[in-house]
Order: sequence, then structure tokens, then C-alpha cells
Amino acid sequence: MATQIRLWDLEMINRAKLGHIGGDFSVTDILTTLYGAVLNVDPTNPTDPERDRFILSKGHTAGALYSTLAYCGFFPQAELATFAQALSPLNGHPNRTKVPGVETNTGPLGHGFPVAVGHALAAKLQGSPRRTFVVMGDGEMQEGSNWEAAMTAAHYELSSVTAIIDRNRLQQGAGTEDTKTLEPFPDKLASFGFEVRDIPGHDFAALLLATQPSTTGKPVAVIANTVKGKGVSFMENRVEWHHKVPSDEQVTQAVQELTNA
Amino acid sequence: MSTPTETPPAAPTFDCRKAFAEEIIALAQEDPRIVAVCNDSVGSSNLTGFRDAFPDRLINVGIAEQDLVGVGAGLANGGMIPFVSAAAPFLTGRALEQIKADVAYSATHVLLCGQSPGMAYGELGPTHHSIEDLSWTRAIPGLRVLVPADPQETRAAVRYAVGNPGGYYIRIPRHAVPAVNPEGTGFELGRSVRLAGHSPGGEDVTVIAIGTLVSRALAAAETLRAEGISVRVINMSTVSPLDADAVLAAARETRGIVTAEEAIVSGGLGAAVASLVVQNQPVPMRLLGLTEFAPTGSTDFLLEHFGLTADGIVAAVREVLGHGGA
Repeated sequence: MATQIRLWDLEMINRAKLGHIGGDFSVTDILTTLYGAVLNVDPTNPTDPERDRFILSKGHTAGALYSTLAYCGFFPQAELATFAQALSPLNGHPNRTKVPGVETNTGPLGHGFPVAVGHALAAKLQGSPRRTFVVMGDGEMQEGSNWEAAMTAAHYELSSVTAIIDRNRLQQGAGTEDTKTLEPFPDKLASFGFEVRDIPGHDFAALLLATQPSTTGKPVAVIANTVKGKGVSFMENRVEWHHKVPSDEQVTQAVQELTNA
Repeated sequence: MSTPTETPPAAPTFDCRKAFAEEIIALAQEDPRIVAVCNDSVGSSNLTGFRDAFPDRLINVGIAEQDLVGVGAGLANGGMIPFVSAAAPFLTGRALEQIKADVAYSATHVLLCGQSPGMAYGELGPTHHSIEDLSWTRAIPGLRVLVPADPQETRAAVRYAVGNPGGYYIRIPRHAVPAVNPEGTGFELGRSVRLAGHSPGGEDVTVIAIGTLVSRALAAAETLRAEGISVRVINMSTVSPLDADAVLAAARETRGIVTAEEAIVSGGLGAAVASLVVQNQPVPMRLLGLTEFAPTGSTDFLLEHFGLTADGIVAAVREVLGHGGA
């Protein structure tokens, strides 16, 4: 599933000549785990009030989300070909009014976590067991709004919230630690009242375990240590692949590497 | 609306926040989906009664406005109907991108309630004044911008917003105002209320006002009537979407338009009306509002300072008539 998602994503970005392939590939295994084994969602009834909520706060990696949603049957795979084309529902950032399975419109960073907290508050008030997942980029954790939301989640003891940080250590222009230090990141999240799970972010067994419900009554923060551009040698850990578009030759090589992995 | 209303100078005045507070308690009693979200503003949002009645349904996110609006959008995603209430300058200024992306663009049913807008905070100064809120919110596609003018209209607007899904910014005046709308006036989105001006021969000039300026517009109309000048007064309680029919009728049927708002003139009600008029039916106009950050002073002093008074409106009407070639 993860390989297929990366291949489709690569194809979309190659066709559209735009996208955020580095972050797409770092978050793919997280999305695969959630949609493949964790989320209680039904592609044939995407607005079921009792569905779990998944919010992609790092909305610029819409390509990975679209591929995942198509893989799971939220919309036909053929629609992926329209990514970023004029009037396509598949905008460069996800839109809930146009794409089934999208919960809120993201793109500007620091928006998804507060919305996730609001949803979890609603579930708590309603006595519903549904869970809320939000995925943020690590660079995105430089946004103050995320820490506002973290405090609210802890204060209201929202144990149904799982905040997953795609910790690939690179943001658009440079490394996160060179830009504005996040470390000691696990300590920060723990001190904000989270049950912290610091895991290898491309290890499916670890991801599956880390996305299980809270064991402490606290909200859960998963630090998924990932590799930006994961799966393609010349993209991995390279800052320029944040939103670079591969050439035809590079696409061929990438397909080869992804397929043979 | 067909009944002209006269507002005697000694009319009792009301604080719209009280009407807001009472109405959301009544609505919450009827509908378990209603919640209130605030930013340490339980008192200033007049939510103490709501908190006492529904302690679990009052969510206080602390001093964190971006979180405030995002949480509101998330509550709506979860099937609740959130009143997101905060002092207007912080709600709109601090969380504008959340209002755009999480509420308007995401098409969520969130009721953003801007408390104590305009210059209600008087001497606290321009950091606490909310004069840009109408320009900012009106620029966001699809966001419904409501400015009720009295307690009755506040109740009706809030009730309308609960019953009709969409993103709302509701500006709740704090500065005490007299009742201006005829008894029993409801609220309909995009529909203004004509309060004065039913002269047999038509009216000379139209004054389009919102919020605290509506009663002042009515007082101006009274003064001018004594001089033989007939004024049509429109309470434009929906600033977006604007009541285009009423504006264009005013442009066709009277010789000019004065707008009056407790807000900056660049982008608010006046700009909205002018944009419509200039493209369809140009007539002389005067836009009353703020033109710069306010100096130190009480709300009443500042309204006077910027000419946002009955006298200021009277002068503007005369200017429009002069310009139009009386």
C-alpha cells in the first residue's frame, strides 16, 4: 500500500509539475498505518458522524493524502490524474467541500491541531468513543497555535487525541534544529501534558503500536522519526526536495527504487 | 418594514451583550448541540450565566485566540454548534487566518461573536478598539457579517445564525443603544430594515447605518425633517452579503447616500455600499466612520471626535444635497 501511494504521488507530481514530494514520502507510512489499520472510517459513508477524524495539518502534503484516500476508495484512482489541474477538486492543498475524506481545509500551518482538539471536545461532550488523529510536520511545531492547542488538549484531558509529528528534521529552507530548535522535543511535549511515544516513523509495527489508545488518560503525542524523501536515494534527507519536481530521468530512477525496495 | 419609528432623545438604552447572553442560554436549553467557547472572556463575553447553567458546555481555551477559533471549527466538525466569543479586536485580529481557513473556506457552522466592537473600550485605546474587523471579515468570501443594532435584533440575529448553517461574524455592540427596530422585527440574512422615510413624495437622501449609529441616524432624520429635508434611514444589519436591492433602490430613488459606522471607512459598510453604487447607479455619497487610530477618550468622546453623531450625520446629508445640486 505504501509503495503504491508513493508511486501514485510521484506520478501526480510529475504530471502537475508541482507538489511537495519530500514531505509526502516522509508521511506516507504514517498515512498507510492509519488508513490501513487504525482509523474507523468508511469510504462509502465518509461523513458518518461516528467516524474517527483524521486531520492532515501539514496540508502541503496533499498528494500523499489524495493517493491514500484514492487507494482506500474514497474516490476513484483515475481522479488523481487531475491533481492541480484547472478546476480539479484536488487542489494543491486539501479541501473538505470537494474531496471526500478531508475533514478541514489546511495549508497554512498550525491549523489542524486546534481543529482536532475541538473535535475531540465534541466527542467527549457527546460521550462518543471516536478518536481524533492529527498529523503535523515537525517544522510546523514552530507555530504557536500548536502549543495553544496542546495546552487545551492536556487541560481538558483529551485522551482520544493522538497528535503525530512527522519528525523528518527538515523544513522548507533548512534543518529544523538550524532554523529554530525543537529539541528537547519529547521533553517539551511531555511537559505540556502528553503521553509521548518516540518511535521510528517508517517501522509499521512501531507505528501501529504508537497509534493505539492512550494508556495514561493523557493525550498522546507520537514523534515519528522519519526521513524526508523516504524511499528514493537522491531525495532522502535533502532539503531541496521539499518541493522540487523530479525530471523524467529522475522519475524513472525513483520508480525503480520504490518498486525494488 | 413599514412602520416609521421615532426615537425620543430620552429613550431608554440597552446593552446588546445582555440580550446575547440571555438568548444563547435560551437556545442552549432548546438544543444540546450548542456550546460556548471563549478565551478567558467568560465575564466580558457575558457568559457567566451560560457557564452556571451549562458548565460542561462552556469551553475556555484561555488566552489563545488562534486555538479558540480552531477549536470552534473542530467542535462544528464534531456536530456541535459553537458560539466562539471574544473581544472583537482579538477575535478578528489575532485569529483572522483561522477565520478564513477553518471557518469560511472550510464551510463550517461556527458563530464568531465579536464583543465590545468599535471604540467600546474607549480610553483603553486603539489596541483594544475593533475598527478594522468589518473590513477584514467582509473580505472573506462566504463569511456572513452581521451587525445587530439593538437587543431585539441581537436576539433575532443569533437565533437566525443557529438555525442556518454557515460561518458567521456577529458584532455585538456594548455601547448602550436605544431600541431602534419596530417591535417584532426579526432577522433575515442580507435583508435590511427601513426605519424612517416613507414620505409621500419620496425622500431626499438615504442614510445607511449599522450598530450604534442607527439611533443617531434616526435622530438626524428627525432634525432634518424640521427643515423640510426627508431622510430614508436604513439599518443595514447584514454587512455581508449586502442588501443590494435596498442600496440600489436608495441610489435610484433618493439624491445621495450617507453611510455611518463605528469602524474604519476603508473596507467596511461604507466601502461596501460605495462599491455597489459606483458600479451601478452613481450618486453623491459621504462615508462616515473612522479615518485614523483614535486619540485618548471615552467612547462618547471619540464618537463625537469622528463626527459619528446625529449632528455629524446631519452635516453629511447637507453636503450630499449640496453636491447633488439641490
